[in-house]
Amino acid sequence: MEKNMSDGMKLDVRLPIGAMFTLVGAIVTVYGMFSDPALYERSLGININFWWGLVMFAFGAFMLIMAWRGAKKH
Amino acid sequence: MHGIQLGHIDYVLLFIYFAFVLGIGFALKRYTKTSTDFFLSGRSIPAWITGLAFISANLGAQEVIGMGASGAKYGIMTSHFYWVGAIPAMVFVGVFMMPFYYGSKARSVPEYLKLRFDEKTRAFNAMTFAVMTVFSSGISMHVLAKLLEQILGFNYHLCIVVSALIVLVYIFLGGLTSAIYNEVLQFFLIVLGFLPLVFLGLKSVGGWDGLKDKLNVVATSNGFEPGTWTQSWAHMGSSSANPMGVEWFGMMMGLGFVLSFGYWCTDFLVVQRAMAANSMSAARRTPLIAAFPKMLFPALVILPGMIAIALHQNDGTFLPTDAAGKVDYNMAVPAMLAKFLPPGLLGIGITALMASFMSGMAGNVTAFNTVWTYDLYQSYIKPGQSDKHYLHMGHIITVVGILLSIACAYAARSFNNIMDMLQLVFGFVNAPLFATFLLGMFWKRATGHGAFFGLLAGTLAAALHNGLTLPVGAAVGIKGGWLCGGHVLHTYPVEMAQNFWAAIYAWTACFVVTIVVSLVTARNKNDNELTGLVYSLTPRIKEHGLVWYKQPAVLGIIVLAAAIALNIIFW
Repeated sequence: MEKNMSDGMKLDVRLPIGAMFTLVGAIVTVYGMFSDPALYERSLGININFWWGLVMFAFGAFMLIMAWRGAKKH
Repeated sequence: MHGIQLGHIDYVLLFIYFAFVLGIGFALKRYTKTSTDFFLSGRSIPAWITGLAFISANLGAQEVIGMGASGAKYGIMTSHFYWVGAIPAMVFVGVFMMPFYYGSKARSVPEYLKLRFDEKTRAFNAMTFAVMTVFSSGISMHVLAKLLEQILGFNYHLCIVVSALIVLVYIFLGGLTSAIYNEVLQFFLIVLGFLPLVFLGLKSVGGWDGLKDKLNVVATSNGFEPGTWTQSWAHMGSSSANPMGVEWFGMMMGLGFVLSFGYWCTDFLVVQRAMAANSMSAARRTPLIAAFPKMLFPALVILPGMIAIALHQNDGTFLPTDAAGKVDYNMAVPAMLAKFLPPGLLGIGITALMASFMSGMAGNVTAFNTVWTYDLYQSYIKPGQSDKHYLHMGHIITVVGILLSIACAYAARSFNNIMDMLQLVFGFVNAPLFATFLLGMFWKRATGHGAFFGLLAGTLAAALHNGLTLPVGAAVGIKGGWLCGGHVLHTYPVEMAQNFWAAIYAWTACFVVTIVVSLVTARNKNDNELTGLVYSLTPRIKEHGLVWYKQPAVLGIIVLAAAIALNIIFW
């Protein structure tokens, strides 16, 4: 393995990315659950906030797990 | 198109993004202690991060708004800017050129020119590059502010100040690392922000097949054969058969070779990202890793434009038109955002748009402060100072660079012509560059005088070409013809064809003059001095111990094969 970012030297970029997308994903998902269904006429009747919020949340969580595994390895 | 109304939720998402961007800057502050940390990220970043930053730094105003606009105007032929105009050059810089950039320990592209050729070649490149980056960053800022004013009703001045301040703060605190980390964040934001738009857009027109049918109507109503908007090569036999107005040879040579290699292989803005990598193999993999998402970007940035024009064809009001009935293609992507995204995801989409502009700006500012400090200040103004002194200068010049960018943004707002003219002049300067690097890296006999006069000749050739030709219907002046009072030697069907051919002439002039002058002048660097800078004098890199998927040559072949496959699928 070559030098890794978890050298302890620098901030692992996956942390802020993971944190931001879990937060943003959670907000959009919850907003999708409680917002007026009429909003979704635009998005062809699909509650795109709910579903895409989940996708963003999952992506954020994945990044956080990778960052956590990287930190543990060191 | 009507304006977009943002809800509370959208502002919340926008502010969360701003908070994270600034937070990254603050978190990196304590790691930024030397000028190497500030300008080169201490050469410590893994390849996947520098790779994503490599494309993200290039993902400025042009890409998201401009490629969407081209998608609407020219259809899928716009993908040539990716599959022909980017991928081969990215493979070339990774596999063949990076060993010299990274291996020479040069801290910038102009510094490589100094090591390889001489002081005057470096000075010429450093100065033109510095001016160019400031203007590009200013133009990026101006386009963003104008767009937000137009679609959201934001205050122009406020947009300029806010975007400038944010970029300033995070670069000031964390230097290049901060810019690179934010570019990676922006990359994911753009992908995740635009994917739902593409999905909903495609669904509404009945998928790819439905889009094809609708675009056939667009093609025939513009006087072209059906399929012109959805086939990238089939209509390139002659320049009159496609809306772009270029034929395959001019496109392959002008865009695919000269312009594309000139940008991806020599522009310090992108090369700087690879130079920040933590090892030679990581530096070489940087552009190759970048090539994978780059190849798929047409789906993200061109497709929305194609869908927009299909929808516009249906109702005639989807995109704004001026009094003469001319469509405002630049509104293609904003119109799509407004049409399909509800509050919530709309905030993400708008944030992604702003992120793309800011990453383009930040890329220019970090390249500018490095070239200024190392290539101009340390070399000609105050050599021999302490590292602390140059770090301090880096901070100062970052502020100055942002202030100059703001000035350029306002200049762009008030004098449209000045900006057009500057871009034209930069085009002249840039076009021949790749010939200089190609000869520098692969022909040890090339001399400093050869390189310098070759560059001058190339620049002059581009200017002459512009002065003697004109696109159809254009007025004499900035578009060309100014050397002959309108009695032009050649008339091009469109401006783009003129640009491609200007690049071809500039490159050829530079190539030939560099060789001729090199042959009649004495070598100014001996074999010893050129070790690590020229192919034939540099020991081959042995990549043993690297698994196959980390080997640059293997990755390069996979990337090229995939790009060829895409060209065939959408032929």
